[in-house]
Amino acid sequence: MLDDFFVRALVAGIGVAAIAGPLGCFVVWRRLAYFGDTLSHAALLGVGLALLLQVNVTLAVFAVSAGVSLALLALQRRASLSSDALLGLLSHSALALGLVALAFMTWVRFDLMGLLFGDILAVSVRDIALVYGGGAVVLAVLAWIWRPLFAATVNPELAEAEGLNPERANIVFMLLMAVVIAIAMKIVGVLLITAMLIIPAATARRFSSGPEQMAVLAALFGMVSVVGGLFASLEWDTPSGPSIVVAALALFLASLSPLASAITNALRRNAGQKSEVPQQ
Amino acid sequence: MSLTVDMSLDPDEGRALVSLSNAGVRRDGAWLVRGVDLAVRPGEIVTLIGPNGSGKSTTAKMALGILSPDEGRAARRPDVRVAYVPQKVTVDWTLPLTVERFLSLTAKADARDAEAALAATGISHLRFSEVRNLSGGEFQRALLARAMCRKPDLLVLDEPVQGVDYTGEIALYELIKRIRDDLGCGVLLISHDLHVVMAATDHVICLNGHVCCQGAPVAVASSDEYRRLFGGRASDTLAVYEHHHDHTHLPDGRVRHADGSVTDHCHPHAPAQEPDATTGEENRHAG
Repeated sequence: MLDDFFVRALVAGIGVAAIAGPLGCFVVWRRLAYFGDTLSHAALLGVGLALLLQVNVTLAVFAVSAGVSLALLALQRRASLSSDALLGLLSHSALALGLVALAFMTWVRFDLMGLLFGDILAVSVRDIALVYGGGAVVLAVLAWIWRPLFAATVNPELAEAEGLNPERANIVFMLLMAVVIAIAMKIVGVLLITAMLIIPAATARRFSSGPEQMAVLAALFGMVSVVGGLFASLEWDTPSGPSIVVAALALFLASLSPLASAITNALRRNAGQKSEVPQQ
Repeated sequence: MSLTVDMSLDPDEGRALVSLSNAGVRRDGAWLVRGVDLAVRPGEIVTLIGPNGSGKSTTAKMALGILSPDEGRAARRPDVRVAYVPQKVTVDWTLPLTVERFLSLTAKADARDAEAALAATGISHLRFSEVRNLSGGEFQRALLARAMCRKPDLLVLDEPVQGVDYTGEIALYELIKRIRDDLGCGVLLISHDLHVVMAATDHVICLNGHVCCQGAPVAVASSDEYRRLFGGRASDTLAVYEHHHDHTHLPDGRVRHADGSVTDHCHPHAPAQEPDATTGEENRHAG
């Protein structure tokens, strides 16, 4: 019943969700949703450059996203514009440059829709290797910078004062974001990567009492969205990327329902009981 | 002449956990604070006081290495373990963070230390509460508990008793003194009160864009009048600092000296366009 391409799509999608969940938590905590958008728009420029220069697309997308991240850091430090204005400037300039670059290359046969909305059903075994290899590196590095990055999220000055080097953690985090954009682009598409980062994390928030727990739950909710979305896309012949995001949205809405509140409260009570044990 | 130069000649400076000499921070062409000399040694409590916008937090941030001085020097002993209680920490509602997890924010807190710190600050019952649901006073206690768990050599507290009621304030000051006694750490404390400081304070520095005056506080216990004012327990914990300024800060930022002359700034090498760092009535507290 399950065609081979579909299994590949599931495996790749689950891998992307596992990386996007924990990183997405930081995107939510640090209010970086627009930053995710900026990076994914920059990805389009990366694709254009890759086609123009005949280099590996994933590598080019990573390079451009990383360049945009570092440009943002540099601009934030000296420019007198606010962060959101800077992001808007970078985001739309990169998008426009990318589209212009692609339009010039009339000789390239090119699936723009696949780029914008993902082409998860055309995932190759090499793509899967990339998702899992790259994903393992991303999660390992994230685990390594977890404490300084989280401390800097709560209060950068406190982290700095107590010797955690929040600046370095920020730069590493931005590079990780660039990696994830490059890896996830093919699966969910440029326009919807931010949704994979944010929506599962937002769903996880209501059920979490700690940051680590929220990261794991976000990954799980993302995986459920991938599975649900892909089956729906197979059933109703809808584009895979948007279907996954719609599934994630459905989960989020379900988390707002009374049933979910009951579950949350039960979890809280459970935690509350546990809290009394050590005091007795 | 102000007393600002005295401490830079201090032969003990090498032993200090942290020291500033003639340090200043400039932002957008204006000096936030300038010409600060201070040193915190192990077991010593130094209190910074001064009106709003006088550069207390800026000075503390120079001592912590968060801001590097644009003028002068800030030196910390390299092996110093720092704990910082910032003036304001806002925890976004999107962040699930319990008090217990908060204690391990910058380094894993030992379970026994965490329990002891929560008990000492009186918030054991809030161990599994979300930080964003705490009241202002409860959160101050959580911040202090976190700092305790770090077992610091240098404890820097920026208005640690804000939002805490009077009885709580006395208790927290007693606790800070106990932390100092137990760990032998140096304490740099910023007080929100211009005249009342911790009795355990060794040295008070009054800032207003520069060091206006400094000295030791006067024990409340030494005066019947103060003792009546503060009440029994408080009179052992709090002390009064008597300012001895030789100049007055005018509302336009200029300075009137004891001899009646008016200058742009009382800092010895201040340029003529010295900014108006302070406004209003509150800075005219010259003695």
